[in-house]
Amino acid sequence: MNFLSIFVLIPFLMMIGLFFAKNRNQINAIAATGSVVLLILTAILTFMYLDARAAGDTALMLFRADTVWYAPFNIHYAVGVDGVSVAMIILTSIIVFTGVFASWRIDPLPKEYFLWFFLLTIGVYGFFISIDLFTMFMYYEIALIPMYLLIGIWGTGKKEYAAMKLTLMLMGGSAFLLVGILGIYFFSGAESLNILDIAQKSIPVWAQYYLFPLTFIGFGVLGALFPFHTWSPDGHASAPTAVSMLHAGVLMKLGGYGAFRVAMYLMPEAAHEMAWIFLILTGISVVYGAFSAVVQTDLKYINAYSSVSHCGLVLFAILMMNETAMTGAIMQMLSHGLMTALFFALIGMIYGRTHTRDIRLMGGLMKIMPFLGVSYVIAGMASLGLPGLSGFVAEMTIFVGSFQDASMFNRVLTIVAASSIVTTAVYILRVVGKIWFGKVVDAHHEELTDATWWERVAVITLIVSIVALGSLPFWISNMIHDSLLPVVANLMK
Amino acid sequence: MNYSAFLQLHDELSLLAVIVILLIYDIFAGEKAMRHFQPLAVLLLTAHTALTCWPRAPFEVAGGMYQYVPMLSYVKLILNLGTIIVFLQANEWLQSAESNIRKGEFYFLTLCTLLGMYFMMSAGHFLIFFIGIETASIPMATLVAFNKYNRESAEAGAKYILSAVFASGISLFGMSLIYGTTGTLYFSDLSILLTGGSLQLMAMVFFIVGLLFKISVVPFHFWTPDVYQGAPTSVTSYLSVISKGSAVYILFVVFVKVFVNMVAEWQSILYVLIILSITIANLFALRQHNIKRFLAFSSVSQAGYLLLAVISGSAIGMSAMVYYVLVYMFSNLAIFGVVQAIETRSAKLNISDYNGLYQTNPKLSVVMMLALFSLAGIPPFAGFFSKFFIFTAAFEQGYYVLVFIALVNTIISLYYYLIVVKAMFLTKSEEPIAAFQSNSAMKISLVICTVAILVLGLMNVFFTNISAFGFGLM
Repeated sequence: MNFLSIFVLIPFLMMIGLFFAKNRNQINAIAATGSVVLLILTAILTFMYLDARAAGDTALMLFRADTVWYAPFNIHYAVGVDGVSVAMIILTSIIVFTGVFASWRIDPLPKEYFLWFFLLTIGVYGFFISIDLFTMFMYYEIALIPMYLLIGIWGTGKKEYAAMKLTLMLMGGSAFLLVGILGIYFFSGAESLNILDIAQKSIPVWAQYYLFPLTFIGFGVLGALFPFHTWSPDGHASAPTAVSMLHAGVLMKLGGYGAFRVAMYLMPEAAHEMAWIFLILTGISVVYGAFSAVVQTDLKYINAYSSVSHCGLVLFAILMMNETAMTGAIMQMLSHGLMTALFFALIGMIYGRTHTRDIRLMGGLMKIMPFLGVSYVIAGMASLGLPGLSGFVAEMTIFVGSFQDASMFNRVLTIVAASSIVTTAVYILRVVGKIWFGKVVDAHHEELTDATWWERVAVITLIVSIVALGSLPFWISNMIHDSLLPVVANLMK
Repeated sequence: MNYSAFLQLHDELSLLAVIVILLIYDIFAGEKAMRHFQPLAVLLLTAHTALTCWPRAPFEVAGGMYQYVPMLSYVKLILNLGTIIVFLQANEWLQSAESNIRKGEFYFLTLCTLLGMYFMMSAGHFLIFFIGIETASIPMATLVAFNKYNRESAEAGAKYILSAVFASGISLFGMSLIYGTTGTLYFSDLSILLTGGSLQLMAMVFFIVGLLFKISVVPFHFWTPDVYQGAPTSVTSYLSVISKGSAVYILFVVFVKVFVNMVAEWQSILYVLIILSITIANLFALRQHNIKRFLAFSSVSQAGYLLLAVISGSAIGMSAMVYYVLVYMFSNLAIFGVVQAIETRSAKLNISDYNGLYQTNPKLSVVMMLALFSLAGIPPFAGFFSKFFIFTAAFEQGYYVLVFIALVNTIISLYYYLIVVKAMFLTKSEEPIAAFQSNSAMKISLVICTVAILVLGLMNVFFTNISAFGFGLM
C-alpha cells in the first residue's frame, strides 16, 4: 500500500473504532490516539519528502501511486505529493489534532460527532494527496457533506439555515467544478484524468475561456471568493468550535489549493487573459471582508469576515502568477489556517464560559482568564501581521510578490489590498481592548475559570506552530517555493 | 418448427416454473403450509436468480422475434434482485389481517409482471414487445389496487389502468404506422427500412409514448404521484424501480436498434424531455408533504437522469445506464423499505412525522440517510459514481449545456433530500414515532441495500463487469 493512502486509511479505521466505542472516554481515547498517529505520520512524511528532495529527486510529485479504478472512463486512483501538498497536510494534521482536543466535551452524541468529523478529515486528506481529477473531486465532496450534519446538530444560533445555505452553496460550486473537470478531460484529449498527464497536453484556448471560470469559481466558492462568500459568515458562526476550526482552517484552503492546482496549472492561457476579472473580485473580498469585520459585534462573525478577507488574499496572490506571490499565497494558507483555528478555538472556549459571543456584553476578562486572554492577544497579533509571527511572513511575501508585477493595474490593486492590513488592525485591537481589558462588564463573569488541560493542549499546539512558522519560515517556504517553480514555468510559457 | 429452440429461453421458462409452483402451492396448501409460503417464494426466486444470472452467447429464437444479448442477463439479474428485496420488504405487510388471505396473489401477480418485462426486454419484434409490455401493465394495475377496500388504493388502480391503456393505445398506433410504412415489425429489418420520413417520425413519437409513460417522464408523469401515494408501499417500490428500469432499458435498445436512422430526431426529443423531467419534478418535489408523493417526484427526476444516459446512445452510455439502474434500485428500495417499516407500525406517511426519528429509531434513520445521499449523488456512496458516469457519458457526446442543467438540478434535489435528513436528525419532535423492531425479512433487505450502497461504488468490479459486455446490442 502506498504511504500516502495511509492518511485516508487512518481516519477510516478510527471511524470503525468509534463505531464500537461504548462511552465518552473510549471515544476520546480513539480520537486522540488517531490524531496523534496522524501527526506522527505527517512528521515522517515531511522528513521523507525533504530527504528525497535533498537527495536530488526532481520529479514533480513524489511517492506516486497509480491504480486503475474505472478503466472505461480512464479513472485512476492516483496519489502523489509536492511541497505544497505536504505543507497542506502538515496544516491539516495540526488542526485535526487540536480540533479533537477542542471538542473534548462535545455534547450531545459524541460518537456521531466524531464519526462525521473524521469523515470530513478523510475528505480533506484525500483531496490534498490526489493528483487525479476524479478522486480529487470525490474527496472534495466527501469533505462537504458532513458539514451539514455537524453544523445542523451540534451548531448554535440559526444553525439549520446556516447548514443548508453552506451545503447548497458549496455543492453549487461543485456543480460548476464537475462541468469544468469533464471539460478539461475531454477537450485536452488526455488518456486519463491525471493532472500531470493533462498538463502535458494543451486545452484549446476557446475551451479554456469557458472552463477556467467554471473551475475557478467552483473552487472559489469554497475559498470565499466575492460574491460567493455569503455562506462563510453564517456557516462559521453557527458551527461548533472544532468544525469552525477545521472548516475555516483547512476546508477553505481546499478552494485556494484547487484553484491553484487545477484552474491555474492546467489552463495557463485563460488564466492570463481572465486574471483581471478575478483579481478585482478577490480584491473586493479582501477589502470588503476586513471592513465587514469592523462593524460586527459577534466574535464569530468578526472572525468569519476576517477569514473572507484573508482567504481572499490567498486567491489574490495566486492570480498574480509569480513565484514570490504564489509562495506567499501558500504561506498565507498555512498561517491563516493556524491563526483562524486558534481564534475559533478561543472563541469556543469563551462562549462555553460566558454563553455569549457579543463583544458588548464582555469586558475585563484578562484578569479572570489570563491564559485565554494572552492566547487571544497572540492570535490577534499574528492576524494583524506582527513580525515574528506567521501572518507577517505570509502577507509580506504576498505584497512584495504582487508589487513586483510591472503592470500598473496589478500594482494599484496591491496597494488597495494592502490597505486591509490597517483595517485588520482596527478590528483586532478593538476586540482585544473591548473584551479583555477595561472593567468587568458582567458581574457573573467574575466566577469563570481559566482553560482546562485539554483546552491548553489545543491552544498551546497552535501557538507553537504560529510562532514556529513566523520565526523559522525558511525550511517550509523553500519547500513550497521549489514546488511552485514548475507551475510558474507552465504559466509563463 | 424446431421446438427445442424454445428451451433456449430458459430465463423465462425458469421464471414460469416459479410462478406455476407458487400458484399450485397457493391453491392446495392448507393454513399451516401457507405459513411457509413467503420463505418459499423468496427461496424459489433466489434459486431462479442464481441459475439464470450467467451471461451466455447471443442468440435468436423464432426467426429473430426473441433476441438475447449478454447485457440482458445483467438487467434481468438487477430486476430479480430488486424483486427479491421487494418480497422481503412486503413480508410484514402481507401478514397483516386484511392482506394475509390474498398474499399468494401478490407474489403471483408480481412475478407475472416480471415475466412480461422479460419478454419486453428480449423483444426483437414489435408484437413480442407489445405482449410483454401488456403482460407487465395489466397485473400491475391489480397490484396497485391490491388494498381494494382502501379508497385511495382502488382509485390509484383505476387511474393506473386508464392511463396505461391510453398510453398503450397510442403506442400501438405508432406501431401500426411503422408497419404501414415499412411492412414489417422485425427490429432487424426496421433499422434499414425506417429512414426518417415524416410519417415514420410520427410513428416513432407515438410509439415511445407508451414507454415514456412507464418511465414516468414529464409530461407523461401525471399518474405518478397519485398512484405512488395510493398503491401499497411494496407495489410503489416495485413500480418505481423494476418497472422503470426495464422500460428504460428497452427504450435505449429500441432507439439504437430500430430508430437508428433518426438519431438526430430522438435525441432532440429527449433533450427537451430531460430538461422538463428533471426541472419540473424537482420543483414539485420541493412542495410535497407526503413522503410517497415526494418519492414519486424524486423518481420522476431520476428518470430524467436515466434518459441522460439514453441520449448519449453510446456503449458507455448503455453501461452507465444499467449501472445507474442498479444503484438507483438499491437506494430507492432502502428508502421504501424504511417508509414501509414505519407505515406498517404507525401508519404515518408525512415528512413531518419523521421528525426526531433518529432519537427513537437510529438504525432506520441512518439507512434512510445513506440512501438519500446516494440518490442525491454524494460520495462515497454508490449514487455519486453512477451519476458521474452518466454525466461523463452525456458530456462525451457533446451535451455540455444539458449536463450543466442536470448538475444544477442535483443541487435542488440535494435540498429536498436534505429536508428529509433534517427532519430525521435535526428537528426535535414532541411525539416521535415510537421505537420498534422490524421483522427479520425487512432487516435483511435493509442490510442488503445498505451494503450495496456502500460497496457498489467503491469497488470497481460491478461496473467493470457490466461494461465488459458494453453495448450488448450488436
